[in-house]
Amino acid sequence: MSRRGSLKVYLGYAAGVGKTYRMLEEAQALHARGVDVVIGYFEPHGRQETIAKTQGLEVVPRRRLTYGGAQFEEMDLAAVLARRPAFAVVDEFAHSNIPGTGNEKRWQDVHALLDAGINVLTTMNVQHLESLNDEVWQVTGIRVRETVPDWVVDEADEVVLVDLTPRALRNRIERGVVYAPEKAGRALDNFFAEANLTALREFAIRHTAHEVEDKLFAPHREERILICLTGRPSSANLIRRGKRVADYLHGDCLAVHISPGPVCDQAVQRHISFARNLRIQTHVIEGEDVPSLIAGFARTHKVTQIFMGRSAPRPWWNRFKETVVQQVVRMARDMQITIVAERRR
Amino acid sequence: MKARPDPDQLLRRVQAEEQRERRGRLKVFLGYAPRVGKSLRMFDEGRRRKERGQDVVVAAVQEKSSDAVREIVGRLENIATVAGAIDLPAIFRRRPEVCLIDELAFDNPAGSAHPYRWQDVEAILKQGIAVISAINVQHIREQQDAVEAITGKRAARSIPQKFLREAEEIEVVDAPPDVSNGDGRSLAELRELALLLAADVVDYQLQQYLDSNGVAAHWGTQERILVCLTPRSNAADMLQSGQRNARRFHGALLVAYVAQTGLNAADQERLDANLALAHDLGAEVHRLPPGNFADALLAFAREQRITQLFLGHSQRDRSPVERLIDLAEDFDVRLFPHGQVG
Repeated sequence: MSRRGSLKVYLGYAAGVGKTYRMLEEAQALHARGVDVVIGYFEPHGRQETIAKTQGLEVVPRRRLTYGGAQFEEMDLAAVLARRPAFAVVDEFAHSNIPGTGNEKRWQDVHALLDAGINVLTTMNVQHLESLNDEVWQVTGIRVRETVPDWVVDEADEVVLVDLTPRALRNRIERGVVYAPEKAGRALDNFFAEANLTALREFAIRHTAHEVEDKLFAPHREERILICLTGRPSSANLIRRGKRVADYLHGDCLAVHISPGPVCDQAVQRHISFARNLRIQTHVIEGEDVPSLIAGFARTHKVTQIFMGRSAPRPWWNRFKETVVQQVVRMARDMQITIVAERRR
Repeated sequence: MKARPDPDQLLRRVQAEEQRERRGRLKVFLGYAPRVGKSLRMFDEGRRRKERGQDVVVAAVQEKSSDAVREIVGRLENIATVAGAIDLPAIFRRRPEVCLIDELAFDNPAGSAHPYRWQDVEAILKQGIAVISAINVQHIREQQDAVEAITGKRAARSIPQKFLREAEEIEVVDAPPDVSNGDGRSLAELRELALLLAADVVDYQLQQYLDSNGVAAHWGTQERILVCLTPRSNAADMLQSGQRNARRFHGALLVAYVAQTGLNAADQERLDANLALAHDLGAEVHRLPPGNFADALLAFAREQRITQLFLGHSQRDRSPVERLIDLAEDFDVRLFPHGQVG
């Protein structure tokens, strides 16, 4: 087995800040030093300055696919693996591949390259980080669909911030550098509104600082966070939030669902697999008495904090019934309990 | 919701904006160590602006610049410095649109118009000329203690952080540390420091932008933790956890208590001890006026854009704490066990 390849992520906060350009600059520098670099995947977006930066670099031809009657192109993973370069340039880390043609996500393709000992340079925007999904939605109104679990980025050997001020970015859009002119005006009003860009930029800067710090300090695990998972839609937000707090505190994170029967319904199943994707250890306990099972589980698993979602509003005819949150709070006054906000706009 | 601003306030805002419009724009490239490429990025921006038709001149270059920087500078118009200081009269006569000024932290020789280069920059901006400049985090005065703790060295020249914060734009020049250039760990710590400084400046700009556009936002991109102390809270645990969370999230820590009339002597003593602990930790302590506990906290938390509220568990059912949990839709509530007191 060869040594695992190293991963370098160029992190930005919007299309057009220059991530791909910086990545290609590095590829060119490597190439000039005689290192074997190929382009595994590159998204030109019709940007001339960026396209010019690919000159002289070997490109592994993309794979052409048909899906739902339309033509698509993806990175040809098998071809890049067969070519075995020292470095592969793979643009757009958060991309979802066309269904049914291998890995679901491009970051999984990248992992296959790393496993084969190939070093990878890649790009992504901060809003594609799973743990920021709700916050980004709350701040910008945009629900990002293509996400990357945080641990994937945490495992990168290097995360480099590609910064550009929102004003400079908006100027580039106005000049038609980023999008075709007919799309530029609409882009400036929506996603590229100055407040959105400024907020996303702050996320990107803070996240890079977090990655730098993470590599500086060896974790000492004293916190254990337990997420109480249900089938309610807000569980996704709860899972992301609990995991984010656990990660920032360098703590462990586990999740439990109390199921009335032996089979969990589909929504619960989805949340459980979502939690597992984020590398949260999940447990299902069969039983009726939700609050005392949660409190008991927390005690036996030496949990330091219980994370719960807000209880659903009570119907008028049942206004004085205790909610699950109230019951857990009353049962576990000796423990730290966090009731997580529901992100709204 | 935020109240509508009064007319005087509006007038002041308009005047301030007009003044800003007449002033040149300042853009600063911020790096974390020498040789990360700030100067190159700055001069390269000058070159590109010139290609787009702007009137750009170079007003100060570092003596020991890289070949790449020299090459760009050689292709631009230069206004030579006088004994190292920017030649202000020459710039005012020439009146370019944009001045490129390297090494923002620079002490002028005796007899210059201003002791420090950043004051020269201020004068140029006042003339309606834009300035692009570059600086390292070790030259920001308020960061110098932190830098010294990392590197054991303190740069002689510095600029006030406020000058950087008031810049229209700052751009981070980031790169992984080049270990051949020194101690990797120190460089990584400096890098983190520069990133956090930049994030704070960006956060400040975001708030300014939202305020000046009349947007009242309850959310933020930064974690803001509010620890609520009562006579019975286990203040030591709550404050310690609050501090740890604020540090790890690079967020803010606030402490508040709701003033209560008619506290018995023992409770008053406990509250005072808890508040003293908060003061000792250097936390910002807010006194909320007496009244309904849950309402007062809720209003304060929203006004301060709190993302996490730390509270003690209630001792009884149907308490204000339960009501607060019911009402606090837009921030997390973390309940802490009480101490052994009482």
